[in-house]
Amino acid sequence: MNAKGFFAAPVRDPKTAIQTHRVPAEAPWSGLVKRGQSIRIIDLEGQQAVDTLFYSAADFADRYSSQDTVRVQGAAYVTTGTRLISNEGHLMGVVTADTCGRHDTSAGACSCESNTARFGQHTRYLHACRENFVYEVTKHGMSKRDIVPNINFFMNVPIAPNGELAIVDGVSKPGDYVEIRAEMDLLCVISNCPQINNPCNGFNPTPIEVLIFAGDEG
Amino acid sequence: MTAEHTAADTEKDARIAANRRRYEELKAAGDHAPASLPGPTPRGLPLPHGPLTREIIPAGWYHTLKLKTGEALRLALIDAPAAVSLICWNAHETTERLNYADTLKIQWTARLQKGRVLFSDMGRVMLSLIEDTSGAHDALMGGSTAASNRARYGARADVERLRNTRDNFILAAGKLGLDRRDIPPAITFFAPVGTDEGGGLVWGTDNRQAGDFVDLRAEMDLLVALSNCPHPLDPRPDYAAGAVEAIRFRATPPDLDDLCRNATPEAARGFENLAR
Ligand SMILES: [Zn+2]
Repeated sequence: MNAKGFFAAPVRDPKTAIQTHRVPAEAPWSGLVKRGQSIRIIDLEGQQAVDTLFYSAADFADRYSSQDTVRVQGAAYVTTGTRLISNEGHLMGVVTADTCGRHDTSAGACSCESNTARFGQHTRYLHACRENFVYEVTKHGMSKRDIVPNINFFMNVPIAPNGELAIVDGVSKPGDYVEIRAEMDLLCVISNCPQINNPCNGFNPTPIEVLIFAGDEG
Repeated sequence: MTAEHTAADTEKDARIAANRRRYEELKAAGDHAPASLPGPTPRGLPLPHGPLTREIIPAGWYHTLKLKTGEALRLALIDAPAAVSLICWNAHETTERLNYADTLKIQWTARLQKGRVLFSDMGRVMLSLIEDTSGAHDALMGGSTAASNRARYGARADVERLRNTRDNFILAAGKLGLDRRDIPPAITFFAPVGTDEGGGLVWGTDNRQAGDFVDLRAEMDLLVALSNCPHPLDPRPDYAAGAVEAIRFRATPPDLDDLCRNATPEAARGFENLAR
């Protein structure tokens, strides 16, 4: 009996992907994922945090909401079966496969500014995820005000019952991936995290790969 | 070292080692636990200065206000348990707004209590939690929505008419000249939300009572939106909430040994960023 109920992890041959994008270390990426299609994010070398946002392609004001997602799940972490919920309460996608096990959605993206508070002023001029997000969303007519707290795929941020929160060594191995089936037409925006001040990237940002698969109904 | 280990590999290993060393040093210097946070504020503590404005927010409703640097806001439960969701923006640059994720990541905790601060997305402190009688607030889940009301109170014939925090914030933002794109995730005071060992979200010990309050000191000029709706995890079967009082008052300015400024090196740097 599958403990995860009706969510069977799809086994797909990467060669059947209709799109393949290699995202260099530290770089942003964005693309459309149509309803029914699936997006696979592959951590090629392991221990690489991938900060990810989703917007409804039809209405960018309808976007991924970390708080609605954890509320609907009743759980702080993202894994197979997690329904990704928008700020308008819409189902954006479902995590249909996850070889890693657990992903953060409470700690948001790194930024030059938060880095100064976390690590000191000398980290201000290091590339950061919010820089990637701001740059990338401008290609779609959005701006900084459209950046909301995201999912950190492959990032390990345990929250203890006493509230304590830590960013600890990434658990992903080379080739680990997550797959999300789009439940509406989505704009996916990724920052392949440049953070070198904590263990989320093993202190060494590496490239990732993004595959998009056609929907079952073609 | 293998024969294939090139000069480039050696350089990479050195870079990783240097990054790790810097992190270990920062971690040791920062020490993620605050030096020590005081216990909760006793109920009944009077305001340090007379109120500037006073508003009673009925159950289900919202309120917007402006807070100037050095002013503070007391949110107080008047007659029954209630939860108050809060979002805020820099009054002069509304693209700078409350960021709950940075708030908890920077301070290494999902537990807000007296001595903690609320961060903007620009690494700066917006509000300091200078007094707090309960120490049990929600920094993970935000407020209610039409969908969460439906899920919680679906048996009620009038469920579609129950007010919710998401819609309240859309109205509040609209009245401030902002729109739904500008609404950041919320922090909800008086909602004892935490996680269990497995990461499940749980409603903790609920000892809220009339007289509970938080005092929030503004560290920059702010636009603030408040929503007084039952929290989606509140186990009470009815859509029940009490009125909440929002009192704006002049705060005692933070001195150099201010609790919130000095609780952690991270908060201290958040204050430094304000002064830059
Ligand atoms: Zn990052």
